[in-house]
Amino acid sequence: MTKIADYLSNSAVENVKRAIAKAQENEDYHALLALTETRALERAAKVDAGLITGRLKGVPFVVKDNFLAFGAPTTAASKMLEKFDAPLQATAVEKLEAEGAICIGKANLDAFAHGGSTENSAFGPTKNAYDKSKVAGGSSGGSAVVTALDIVPFALGSDTGGSIREPASFNDVYGIKPTYGTVSRYGVVAMASSTDSIGCFTTNAADAELVMSVMAGRDPKDMTTLPDFFAPTEVKPGQKIGLVKDFMTDDVDPEVRARVNDYVAKLRAAGHSVEEVELPTAKYALAIYYIVVPAEVSSNLARYDGVRYGHRAEGVKTLAELYGRSRDEGFVTENKRRIMIGSYVLSSGFFDAYYLQAQKARTLLINEFDKLFENYDALIGPVAPTPAFAIGANTADPIKMYLADIMTVPASLAGLPAISVPAGETEGGLPVGVQLIGKRRDDARLLALAKSLESTEAKQ
Amino acid sequence: MTQISRDDVQHLAQLSSLQLTDAEADGLRVDLDNIVNYIHQLSELNTNGVEPTYQLTDLENVWRNDDVNDYGLSGEKLVALAPESLENQIKVPKVL
Repeated sequence: MTKIADYLSNSAVENVKRAIAKAQENEDYHALLALTETRALERAAKVDAGLITGRLKGVPFVVKDNFLAFGAPTTAASKMLEKFDAPLQATAVEKLEAEGAICIGKANLDAFAHGGSTENSAFGPTKNAYDKSKVAGGSSGGSAVVTALDIVPFALGSDTGGSIREPASFNDVYGIKPTYGTVSRYGVVAMASSTDSIGCFTTNAADAELVMSVMAGRDPKDMTTLPDFFAPTEVKPGQKIGLVKDFMTDDVDPEVRARVNDYVAKLRAAGHSVEEVELPTAKYALAIYYIVVPAEVSSNLARYDGVRYGHRAEGVKTLAELYGRSRDEGFVTENKRRIMIGSYVLSSGFFDAYYLQAQKARTLLINEFDKLFENYDALIGPVAPTPAFAIGANTADPIKMYLADIMTVPASLAGLPAISVPAGETEGGLPVGVQLIGKRRDDARLLALAKSLESTEAKQ
Repeated sequence: MTQISRDDVQHLAQLSSLQLTDAEADGLRVDLDNIVNYIHQLSELNTNGVEPTYQLTDLENVWRNDDVNDYGLSGEKLVALAPESLENQIKVPKVL
């Protein structure tokens, strides 16, 4: 099933050339903001000369353009950072490069990773790999699409509230959001520091295991990282899995529910037990998320002031005007919404009613999850309430757009590992993913569960 | 229900260091009003006696040695990122 293995035996230069040619053939999807061809070919030549080697030797990959990486500007798909040449690389990128992997380009995203469709990119939306009239999902839309189009065998993304899982579901690829703290965030543009997580897109579970094994582990440059616990594993039949009833309501597209039920049937056929479980606070998760995350966004994005780096407005007379105009010109509307909501929920008079209440509600949600994990090995449900929606369908109504995150934000708020696994398609040919959620540090077990079903498929 | 006024929007923009155009402020007023109404549903949840969550890793007091480490970044390299600089210092409009 692994795709990465096919690359390891080839010439790195050939791998890179093929990936770049394929990226150019598929330019109309607008999945990539830049190719890093020159640097990629230089590194590939070193791999072929035996100067760089490792577990990912000569394997091309793509990073979401909020990872600081050499070879092209790191834009976060914003005008603010349009010309920002990173002076350093993200730890995740450095670790992959140390194992011989080669970054060939930078993928499109919602500006500063704010969004669920990649339509908030300052440089235009990415199109869905299965239907160009549909969204790629987001915010890591470009990374999902380059993986789905087989341009590269894996791509990096960041997931704050579903930004890996939702586009994975929309484009029929695997997407893993690991346990909070698994992978260093050093050198990744910060969004909401209490949920930001680094993960990857692949076409199968084994490749995700390999990429996560390379990236996971403590980084002295990111004090929130956990000691490395990620070790690929196998699961035996007899796993107890909870189907989250609160994620299977009438608000969820019937075809999405049908694909989840198909996957449940496969789990049962493979000897696992699946029972319905309740997660009553889940219905408040989106409200919690849209308080906590904008609060953190408003702090994290305060650094973009037009002074030290990034866009600076022209013709300004005062410092206040420099801040105000640079930020107005450098951010897209969704960035401004989130910053202002953050300012609102943190302002005196509202702090207790919103921010404090949200952090207390978050505790209730975490306790409910923890209680379920006393009895269940994993939870299952849809990733998103619908398959990929039409480009433009939700852009006028932010709440409608936010609702796409309703089933991905709970695991984010609780710091739990969650993966999106391909689970078939709708009658109209749009992919649908299922979400598996595990206890903290059970990332490898979730992948093993998905892997065990892949081998059943192969046997059939 | 809450109601975000135009003055509120301008106040929030000021707190956020955003100099909005009038058209943007009008659009954002409607959006923020809808979002605040949505998040307001949390008020119905009983959280008496519940501790707030501020972090998820249970890591505490992560120490490091107090060694100087420039992470391979020189001052010159960082100043060079600034939109305007003069004699290795970042240039901004007059403050006072």
